[in-house]
Order: sequence, then C-alpha cells, then structure tokens
Amino acid sequence: MKLSPDDTIFWSNGFININLTIVTTWGLMLVMVIGAWLITRKLQTGIKISRWQTILEMIVLSISSQVKEVGMDKPRRYIPFIGTLFLFIGIANLCIIFPGYEPPTGSLSTTTALAISVFLAVPFFGIEEGGLRGYLKTYLEPTWLMLPFNLIGEFTRTLALAVRLFGNIMSGGMIVAILLSIAPFIFPVLMDVLGLLTGIVQAYIFSVLATVYIAGAVQARKSKQKT
Amino acid sequence: MDNITIIGIASIITAGLTTGIGTMLPALSEGKAIASALSSLAQQPDASSTITRTLFVGLAMIESTAIYCFVVSMILIFANPFWNFIIAK
Repeated sequence: MKLSPDDTIFWSNGFININLTIVTTWGLMLVMVIGAWLITRKLQTGIKISRWQTILEMIVLSISSQVKEVGMDKPRRYIPFIGTLFLFIGIANLCIIFPGYEPPTGSLSTTTALAISVFLAVPFFGIEEGGLRGYLKTYLEPTWLMLPFNLIGEFTRTLALAVRLFGNIMSGGMIVAILLSIAPFIFPVLMDVLGLLTGIVQAYIFSVLATVYIAGAVQARKSKQKT
Repeated sequence: MDNITIIGIASIITAGLTTGIGTMLPALSEGKAIASALSSLAQQPDASSTITRTLFVGLAMIESTAIYCFVVSMILIFANPFWNFIIAK
C-alpha cells in the first residue's frame, strides 16, 4: 500500500524525482495563480460587481477578520502569507472530490515545507515589527530561565504543525483506500464527505495556529510598550 | 520462530495497542474540552468567537497526540525500520 503520493514517480534522473506530489502542487499553484489573475484583472467598485469578485472579497474579508480577532491590528500585512496558506491547504484538500486525485498535503514533504515557511515567517514578522532586540527578547519571557524551553518549543511546534496536517490527510486517504477494498459501495463516499470537512478544518487550524505564533512574536513587544 | 516472525508479531500488536490507547485518552480529553467550552458558550454567548477559536486550537493540539500515535502505528506496519533491516540482511 502506498503511504503518500511521493511514491508515484513520473520521471527520475539521478536523485531528482518528479513525483505526483510535485505535479499536483504545481498544478494547484497554476490554477490558483491563473484564477486570481483572471478575477483581479478587472475589479469594479460600483454596485454591480462580478460573482467571482464577490467570492474573493468574502474570502479576503473573512481571513482579515479572523486575523484581527487573534489580536493583530494591521491584518493587511499578514493576509498574503496566512491567506495563501489557508487557500492552498483548503483547495488541496477539497480537490479530493475529483477521482484519481491525491492531495499533496498527504505527503510529509509538502507539510514540512509549509511548516518551515511558518517557522521562517515568525522571526521575519517579529523582527519587522519589534526590531531584532525586541524579537530576541521574546525568548527570555517570562524569565531568562525559560530560554531553552522557548527554543525547544519553537522546533516542536513546527514539527507538530507538519505531522498534524500530514497525519490527518494521510489517515483520511488511507481509510478510504481500506474501505474501498472491503465495502466499495457507499461507505467510501461517506468517509470522503468527512474528509472534506476535516480538510477544511485542518486548513483553518493550520492558518490559525500560524497566526497565533506570528501574533506571539509580534505582540510581546507591543504589550510591554503599553504598560 | 525466526526473527522476521517475532518482529512482525511485535509490530502488529504494538501498532494496535498504540492506536487503541492513543485515541482513547485524547477522545476523553477532547470531550472534556468541548463540554467546558459548551458550558462557557451558554454562559457568555457574546464571547462565542473567541471561545470557538480557542476551542479549535486546543482541539488541534489534543488531536495531534492521537495523530502521532496513528503515524507511529502506520510506521510500525508499513515502514518498520527493524523489518527493513532484517530483510536487507
């Protein structure tokens, strides 16, 4: 049994393998980029706006309000990163309704790449907001005794992000595969419907956790300024 | 019994135990978390968005322990390092 779409290899040369994960990831990226370009080519401000623009505005505004609720007062700065994470994971998980599709998020390499980008984005936004000194000081909170634990936490939460998304999506696909071999009539469809729900919930959780981590790096400075 | 059989038996039993125990305890704690979140939602409906978001994040944290157990049992069954070692030898 295949554990992940990494095992389906289309083309291989030396240690470079073009596998199903890479192909579907680039396909999704192409669809998202072309779709966003087509929608934003002619944006209108009047009363009559196109359907696709309405959908895009809804998505952007809801992500913005979610980011604001976590406590960051300038959500526009973080929307490109967090919104991309949410949309990519969400679309990658929702496309399981197409037959023969395997979600790239069911491969540990994709989820690790996403988690590493969160791992790099946290100090990026933290330094941008509070300066290098201000960011490094967050590792000494609440006392300097916590420094090793803060450092360990930084790495383990990245690992947790990657393994959580991978495990959820991989288990969904694997349960459907097992059910297809023992009860191939209706049950796989029900599990696929459940898979759609968990896919969206996992996309939400991944982006909310990324927001919370970024907010933790950004806000530590701000709360000190207030007092 | 040769080594391969022993490794197979141990892997399968351990995988079953890992998933069984490892989903039981997170299920209990998730139920507790949801119950207390529901009661606080009933007390303060105004704070519903904050409570719901915190609940989701907490549930994700709790659930990741169950997911770890699942991943470990999958590794034991499908990608057992000891098994591969014995086969290669």
